[in-house]
Amino acid sequence: MGHTSTGKNYINEFAGIKSWLTSLDHKRIGLMYMISVLTFFLVGGIMALLIRLELFQAGPGILGNGDTYNQVMTYHGAIMVFMVIVPGIPAILGNFFLPLHIGAKDVAFPRLNLASWYVFMIGAALAISTFFTTKIDTGWTFYTPYSIKTNTAVVSMVMAAFIMGMSSILTGLNFIVTVHKLRAPGMTMGRIPLFVWAIYSTAVLQVIATPVLGITLLLLAVERLFGIGIFNPELGGDPVLFQHFFWFYSHPAVYIMILPAMGIVSELIATFSRKTIFGYTAIAYSSIGIAAVSFFVWGHHMFVSGQSAVAGLVFSFLTMLVGVPTAIKMFNWLATLYRGSISFQSPMLYALGFLFLFAIGGVTGIMLAVIGLDVHFHDTYFVVAHFHYVMVGGTLMALMGGFYYWMPKMFGKMYDEGMARLSFVFIFIGFNVTFFPQFVLGAMGMPRRYFDYLPAYESLNKISTVGSWLIGIGFLISLYTIIKSLMSGAPAPMNPWGSKTLEWLTPSPPPHHNFDDEPVVTAGPYEYK
Amino acid sequence: MKWMLLLSNNAMAEGGAFMPPAVTDIAGQVNNLYSFILWASFISCVILIGGMIYFVLKYKRRTNNDKTPYISHNTFLEFLWSFIPLVFFLAFFGWGWWIYHQMRIMPDNALEVHVFGRQWSWEFVYKSGKTSGNEFVVPVNKPVKLIMTSKDVIHSFYVPSMRIKQDVVPGKYTTLSFTSEKLGEFQVFCTEYCGTTHSGMLAKLKVVTQEEYEKWIQENEEGMTLSQKGEKYMKDKGCIACHSIDGSPKVGPTWKGVWGQSHTFNDGSTASVDENYVRESILNPNAKVVKGFQAGVMPTFQGQLNEDQINALIEFIKSLK
Repeated sequence: MGHTSTGKNYINEFAGIKSWLTSLDHKRIGLMYMISVLTFFLVGGIMALLIRLELFQAGPGILGNGDTYNQVMTYHGAIMVFMVIVPGIPAILGNFFLPLHIGAKDVAFPRLNLASWYVFMIGAALAISTFFTTKIDTGWTFYTPYSIKTNTAVVSMVMAAFIMGMSSILTGLNFIVTVHKLRAPGMTMGRIPLFVWAIYSTAVLQVIATPVLGITLLLLAVERLFGIGIFNPELGGDPVLFQHFFWFYSHPAVYIMILPAMGIVSELIATFSRKTIFGYTAIAYSSIGIAAVSFFVWGHHMFVSGQSAVAGLVFSFLTMLVGVPTAIKMFNWLATLYRGSISFQSPMLYALGFLFLFAIGGVTGIMLAVIGLDVHFHDTYFVVAHFHYVMVGGTLMALMGGFYYWMPKMFGKMYDEGMARLSFVFIFIGFNVTFFPQFVLGAMGMPRRYFDYLPAYESLNKISTVGSWLIGIGFLISLYTIIKSLMSGAPAPMNPWGSKTLEWLTPSPPPHHNFDDEPVVTAGPYEYK
Repeated sequence: MKWMLLLSNNAMAEGGAFMPPAVTDIAGQVNNLYSFILWASFISCVILIGGMIYFVLKYKRRTNNDKTPYISHNTFLEFLWSFIPLVFFLAFFGWGWWIYHQMRIMPDNALEVHVFGRQWSWEFVYKSGKTSGNEFVVPVNKPVKLIMTSKDVIHSFYVPSMRIKQDVVPGKYTTLSFTSEKLGEFQVFCTEYCGTTHSGMLAKLKVVTQEEYEKWIQENEEGMTLSQKGEKYMKDKGCIACHSIDGSPKVGPTWKGVWGQSHTFNDGSTASVDENYVRESILNPNAKVVKGFQAGVMPTFQGQLNEDQINALIEFIKSLK
């Protein structure tokens, strides 16, 4: 069961490190991304624990001084955004499952796909190298003119982000062409799984938005290297212009981070409810809708930057509109549960955890979009709590759920269900203990990016730090569970969950060419009848 | 779990859960809006999360052969859960905009204070020429207008008790206003990341009675008022050669009575004479040339006048009624 007639699959068909580093197989490239991204996640996670340890008490703590704290905070943000969450789901699970989902042998441009990984690794290596030079302390946003004046390794870091952005563009392009050109016979656009719709919308954003970040970072590097006055007011530049450019990319980037997670959640909820997804069309189009509107809301990061009041009015209004498709998705998932046959295997626990945390992340996002309230909340811990609820509570929960869901397919091994559930409990509870108090701290007025704080904020910060330890334990349990499963997990059947999408019609792990016979599609992806 | 109890009991009932006490009318309005959205959010989370928990318990998998109904969609329901959130979102938007709109109205009779941000302290400059670092004293019930700029990187001026915040940007002026209805000492934070001691860039806003304010402002007053300083710089830097202060035209427009007026420029555009316009005209004179005058005559004073001096010049122009 679960083996091709020859016993060959994409993992054992070729051997040796060279066969991996030169592989054009989307599945192997997906795994290489997985190893790199998980390594960076470990580094970024250690930074997060250090930040929380420093903030355990008012006054200097484990990091000793503001400069060190600022560097740790910057690396945490930059690594988690550019090296973990942006590439995370598309490059790992998208690479592995997008071709399988549409019944293709590979992505449209396999060589370009491998090149994307190398480009990503070059960028990542450059980013990590700054750690051994003068480090960087600008925050992940590189705001001018601070980033022009600081004597840290800004040029290397922005070039690293530029190079990783290039990788992101290439991956996006590859996925767009793959979805349009390589669908199996009968796989109409109305039959592709919602995960593919989500990755597709994300790919469009990557291709359109990332070049703007690239050129902005290049301008910043040019300004630093040659003293050309684009953003520096002393040379006649405009520092706020940088913020416009930066958020023109970085707001769509928020959806680059969350849309793939929404795609995974759609798969998980349908599979573990054994039920047709409610409102397939609405969910698919709302992904496109979110992607489109997300280009016109960047100014909501800048309500107090000195942009005109009229701009604030327009951006606040458009931000409300982007909330609607998100609400549609939430209600559609809820409706899918109705009269389902719901099992509580760990991927589903993560999906339900996503709904819980994303609901809170969503409503607090609406609060921040209300301009009169944002003036108070802007740049306080309320914002920190909000985007962690969305990025960690949303994207990372979905990524973990996706890992457990697809692990049997990727490696042909089952995992220990009890341990996986235990890790979920630690991560979910730890997450709320860490970040819920930060909403309260923000409402009280505690600004973000503070090395030190007033004594009034101490008790809530202590609770938050204890929560971070629970999250850490949860991820360690997950790491143990995954390693144990790889070493000694029971062999996985072809379709352990009873799913209806195409990847479950091929052996676990799949053969090098994905399907022994090209699948012919005659029904939608969630036909649980 | 004291804060959880607080959340469920009284804090949400009274305005501004967890927020510091409101000391201005605007802060009270922010509290009302915040409470309304907090309740709406709480209810929608109860519907979403409660509904989820109810469904997963009720429709728990019984056997491995459970049959589920095929429900593809329901247009009416989908319309409802798009439309109802939209109505709420637009209501939040409108209310939030109305509050912001009031925040941005700068009162005419305000006490004007110049604020400079620099790494990592605040400096407050009063019209009398009095300068105060990190202690910002204003009278109660009097509208105060802050005219702010930065001497290095971007900072942000934030007073939680008043629910106001505005970035302080090098190379331009931004403004903020408030009217405190309560006496007391309030915390001022810097909320735009500015480096090593960002978290130490604090100031105290002291709201005192009018008498105490007047007593304070006269303490240590030495030398000239800000506009007297401006008059001196006008003469020292040679502005007087081309600009009159008595209304007569010279090579450049007169300064008398120009403050607040609308100027028409050579390219047909118009702008009113305010802080940013004067600043631009000093540092980049050819950006806007008043109709009837020649471009390219006045040199830039970039690097020749510092922020304090430009500031004093602006005060001097304001005084030339």
